[in-house]
Amino acid sequence: MPRRRDEMVPDAEFRSYYGQPVIKQPIWHEPHMPTYLYLGGLSGAAGAMAAAARLTGRDRLELAARMTAFAGASAGAAFLVAELGRPMRFLNMLRVFKLTSPMSVGSWTLAAHSGLTGVAAGSAVTGLLPLAGDAASVASGLSGVAMATYTAVLLADTAVPAWHEGMRELPFLFSGSALASAGAAVMLTTPRAQAGPARAAAAAGAVAEVVAGGLMERRLGLVGEPYRKGRAGRLMRASRVLTLGGALLATVAGRSRALTALSGLAITAGALCTRFGVLEAGRASAKDPRYTVVPQRDRLDAGRPASVPGR
Amino acid sequence: MAERVGFFTDTSICIGCKACEVACKEWNNVPDDGFVFRATSYDNTGALGASTWRHVAFVEQDGRWLMSSDVCKHCTHAACLDVCPTGALFRTEFDTVVVQSDVCNGCGYCVPACPYGVIDRREDDGRAWKCTLCYDRLRGGMEPACAKACPTKSIQFGPLDELRQRAEERVERLHAEGTTEARLYGANPDNGVGGTGAFFLLLDEPETYGLPPDPVVTTRDLPAMWRWAGGAALALAAGVAACFLGRR
Amino acid sequence: MAECHPVGYQWVMEARARGAKVFHIDPRFSRTSATVDRYLAIRAGTDIVLLGALINYVLSNGLDFREYVLAYTNAATLVNKDFRDTEDLDGLFSGYDEETGRYDPSSWAYEGDVPEEEEQTEGGRRHAEAAGSDSYGARGAGASATPPADPTLTDPRCVYQILKRHYSRYTPEMVEELCGIPPERFHELAEAITANSGRERTTAWVYSVGWTQHSVGVQYIRAAAILQLLLGNMGRPGGGIMALRGHASIQGSTDIPTLFNLLPGYIAMPHAHRHDGLDHYLEREGADTGWWGNRRAYVVSLLKAWWGDAATEANDYCFDYLPRLTGDHGHYATVMGQIDGTVKGYFVVGENPAVGSANGKAQRLGLANLDWLVVRDLMLVETATFWKDAPEIETGELRTEEIGTEVFFMPAASHVEKEGTFTNTQRLLQWREKALDPPDDCRSDLWFFYHLGKRIRQRLGDDEIDRPVKELTWDYPEIGEQRDPDAEAVLREINGRAADGRLLASLRELKPDGSTSCGCWIYCGVYADGVNMAARRTPHTEQGPVALEWGWAWPANRRILYNRASADPQGRPWSERKKYVYWDGTKWTGPDVPDFEEDKAPDYVPPEGAKAQDALGGTDPFIMQSDGRGWLYVPSGLSDGPLPTHYEPHESPVRNALYAQQANPARRTIDRPENPYNPALSPRFPYVYTTSRLTEHHTTGAMSRPLPYLAELQPEAFCEVSPDMAEELGLENGDWATIVTARTAIELRVLVTGRVRPLRLNGRTVHQVIMPYHWGYSSGGVITGDVVNDLPSIVLDPNVYIQESKAGTCDVLPGRRPRGTALLDLVERYRHG
Repeated sequence: MPRRRDEMVPDAEFRSYYGQPVIKQPIWHEPHMPTYLYLGGLSGAAGAMAAAARLTGRDRLELAARMTAFAGASAGAAFLVAELGRPMRFLNMLRVFKLTSPMSVGSWTLAAHSGLTGVAAGSAVTGLLPLAGDAASVASGLSGVAMATYTAVLLADTAVPAWHEGMRELPFLFSGSALASAGAAVMLTTPRAQAGPARAAAAAGAVAEVVAGGLMERRLGLVGEPYRKGRAGRLMRASRVLTLGGALLATVAGRSRALTALSGLAITAGALCTRFGVLEAGRASAKDPRYTVVPQRDRLDAGRPASVPGR
Repeated sequence: MAERVGFFTDTSICIGCKACEVACKEWNNVPDDGFVFRATSYDNTGALGASTWRHVAFVEQDGRWLMSSDVCKHCTHAACLDVCPTGALFRTEFDTVVVQSDVCNGCGYCVPACPYGVIDRREDDGRAWKCTLCYDRLRGGMEPACAKACPTKSIQFGPLDELRQRAEERVERLHAEGTTEARLYGANPDNGVGGTGAFFLLLDEPETYGLPPDPVVTTRDLPAMWRWAGGAALALAAGVAACFLGRR
Repeated sequence: MAECHPVGYQWVMEARARGAKVFHIDPRFSRTSATVDRYLAIRAGTDIVLLGALINYVLSNGLDFREYVLAYTNAATLVNKDFRDTEDLDGLFSGYDEETGRYDPSSWAYEGDVPEEEEQTEGGRRHAEAAGSDSYGARGAGASATPPADPTLTDPRCVYQILKRHYSRYTPEMVEELCGIPPERFHELAEAITANSGRERTTAWVYSVGWTQHSVGVQYIRAAAILQLLLGNMGRPGGGIMALRGHASIQGSTDIPTLFNLLPGYIAMPHAHRHDGLDHYLEREGADTGWWGNRRAYVVSLLKAWWGDAATEANDYCFDYLPRLTGDHGHYATVMGQIDGTVKGYFVVGENPAVGSANGKAQRLGLANLDWLVVRDLMLVETATFWKDAPEIETGELRTEEIGTEVFFMPAASHVEKEGTFTNTQRLLQWREKALDPPDDCRSDLWFFYHLGKRIRQRLGDDEIDRPVKELTWDYPEIGEQRDPDAEAVLREINGRAADGRLLASLRELKPDGSTSCGCWIYCGVYADGVNMAARRTPHTEQGPVALEWGWAWPANRRILYNRASADPQGRPWSERKKYVYWDGTKWTGPDVPDFEEDKAPDYVPPEGAKAQDALGGTDPFIMQSDGRGWLYVPSGLSDGPLPTHYEPHESPVRNALYAQQANPARRTIDRPENPYNPALSPRFPYVYTTSRLTEHHTTGAMSRPLPYLAELQPEAFCEVSPDMAEELGLENGDWATIVTARTAIELRVLVTGRVRPLRLNGRTVHQVIMPYHWGYSSGGVITGDVVNDLPSIVLDPNVYIQESKAGTCDVLPGRRPRGTALLDLVERYRHG
């Protein structure tokens, strides 16, 4: 604004161009992208659980996990296509494979994972090719852990400060959340007798998610502020309460179907809140030039400018 | 590969005429960017974006009115290019970074990847757009439209090495004349993006013009990210295993 | 200059890069101010105080270039003993008539000049008849080329002493009080221009409509001329006064004029009551000494170009076919005629007076009272659409169904769709090729007037009154399917021919006996030897810095006028550094075409009774003047005094601290209900406004607002105000303000900016509002906005009738303006307090 320098922003700590963002905000849409992140995580961790169940011979749990993994991958793909606008655009992703692009890696991972979970689920439903189905189920355990964690790199590999700087904890936050959601989903769809590991997964995942999130916010300092403020802050706080509450409920639900259902829903809602919250925090941190400028300025003032070693 | 070319934008002689913005749009057939009175000095296009590939910033200070024509930096290590999943973004024989609009599928991933906030998606056609450094003109042996239209040679086009040398001399001269606040931005090949193909002579800190003071190409840290993600993946696998092995 | 002439401004930047020091003096901190060495904020309408103080600084410190001043100006010339200065009469010169508001200039004459006999016309006395004569440098019949002078410059009646007295009270303190420029800034400027003038260095001044659009506009330029003459900066490289033009070829449109009082080449239009025939006209218009002494050749050649064989010595070369003036036929008089119903029809070509002229409401009321109106433009400009969307429709002052004006809109060809010349401010003609045919019904102006003329001629009978049109030479070759007249044929006609049809090479070939024809004597030579000189494009890399082979400059391809002054009286360069045109012992030579007879030696003394150029000596560089001198003091030809004098704008919040006389006593006011004035010093209108332009738009926006790429860059009409003023009035950045004058109120977006600074004048704060005027209510506009030129009144400079749109008073209110009749009520309340 044609105001004097000192009036340009209320806080004289840093300078900006009319308070405008330096970087562009992520343009991914809501609910498409956060829902995809949730579903991808759900499907990935469910795939891992299906593999583990296969290997430890838990048939009912494996069936539930297989179906959850397939449903999550299919619905996730649908949301991703919706985000892109047209199915052809997803196929276009597969014209090259680029390690430098988490989006490319993720597209191939999603393609592989949904293929594997599709085969596994198809075999289970139709009873055809049981060997192939089992092999696919075990393989989806591998694609699944990739599925549940690549999305953290997808976000971190941007200029968005709250994401980029959270590159260490985000994978744990997302994989924990994925485990919690998959645990919750499988727990709900598996007879109680076999559901023990799912319950344990839900609880362990929830704890991992909350711990990773807390560590990240603490470590990031100023850049972590968007996770604490505004809509993102509300979502992250809700996520924590729902996730921890759900995990606690899961462990104490005992035989109560209702309490188990409630705990599963709470964990699912918590996982969704995490994704919406992280996305919103990214947007907020991109929108306010403070989070871009201040760390960079501090770096310069400390005489430690960025460089690209070895490239 | 032809010699690397780029822009040296000397903001100390920019007169804010916006001829670069208009010439760019005329040549590249870029649509208008809306008709909004922003009340931010004489800047009514706001920032670089899908439909503004040259943007003149106007900074009003006590007794000074800084003007600066911003453009895509055509980074040595270009995040947009790195993260593009389709290969729509590519490096040309002039060492510039260009989007192939017939390949771009509009995933929008390049948009938050750019540390300068340059590239953006046009909502009506769903694809990402930015300065091409007039790739078609370069191939035809012509200079980019903005440099051609600039009346004061604030925008200079040429081989990057030559431009960097010229810029150094210009800064020295300005310093000698007492304009000690003059500094180059983006010319250093050791910076966080490996130096930019479009660099600037500024008269104040970069953030004053809406530029990041010390940008980093996000993919510099990608190996670390993959390692952390790998760790998390292993932890996930281990967690699942623990849940299934712990009790029967 | 950066704002409106960014392409030309590159050379200012280049000059700065080479060490030139650049000052910018403007009420508005513009893109120019941002890129110069020093910006001086000045109150709009006070430049003569500043220039006068610079003159005073030069004179009182003896810093004038004495050798130049003595030899080349009229500093030593003695003035009539009856002359009284503004110092004697508290702001008036001798000869003022309270009743008519006009001057009798006879007492301003040089000693020994015989003032012309008193001659009454219905418009007033001869010189008081504004814009009557443009025969510059004339001092009446029989005036001597060597009037009495005192080379010691000590005679109290010599121009030098008069000048000294006149400006003695134009001090740095006065500059601070009236202009708002602090003394230390004034001294910095004064020292810079004097240090950079003289033998070794020169200083140039550049101005634009910020100097001309005032009720003392002509005198602004005169003041700069005095300063430049005193410092020896005229006729020398790097010197001069450059007028920046409002748009392409404005210079061309005064050379081959669209002005009511001129014929091509600055020849005066004959007056119905002043001139009986050619001889009488020639006798009265122009001097016999100096180059105007050849005016018979110019006028007769012009008449031969227009009427060809029909023009003979026996019929005064059809001199009587020329239309005659009967008084003021300027733009604003015409508008008043429209409102009164005496002007029935109107051609508007490439102009948009409904938005571009002062007091837009009066303009539109005039348009609405015509029988017919022809508008030729690229776009449907507001002047063509006023009948449906003018602000007066909204207020109910006009009703579409009651407007009888029949509007003919004629789409025009753009500059790439027609061939011809542009003449720029340096008098440089540059030929433009046609790239393609105009689309549909669009046609060039040349096509339009040529074919209109043809159709009119077809309809004429044998009446005597039709002969001037019937006998015109009207026979240009027609080219292509659209039958566009051949513009090169027109340029050849302008260049002129000898009796045998040969194209003339120089204006010196023009004859007074009807054996030559020439459409514009100053353009003679543009088609020398059958070559279109204006089309020459030798690159600068292949010729010297003067670049004589790029285009063609009038007259005679001279790039610097009066360049004899670039050498000392003996003909030697003033300095090696500023060497330009000089005497090599046998002739004048140098990189430019000498603006002097090539073989007239520096020691030439005119014989008794010599005429024209022969009457001027070898040391008289200003060859159009009757005495060959640069005029510090103007003994005749001006309506409001021989010396520039500061008067406050007609509407000013400040009293004239220099004289009891508040405003220019000879200014023209139009006291009519359509043109109410804000009272001077009125507390109801406490703010000073000035209108301005932006790089992003062109004049009334007709060529820029329809283009999205330009429209998006400045999408809304706005005003610039200082943070202090915004605070005082509660104006919010980005919000709306309503600007009120006695004419109307308009709404503009607010841009609060520290670039506008409140001025401290004599202990009180004066706020200025800066308003770019590019918006209007239609123009095929992607964007529209209120018309800023609806705010100024019509008050005119008495010499050239230019309106005072650069300085006025207003009130400012936060928020949007009222709509409909409520707007009229608001303005009515302001008018009556």
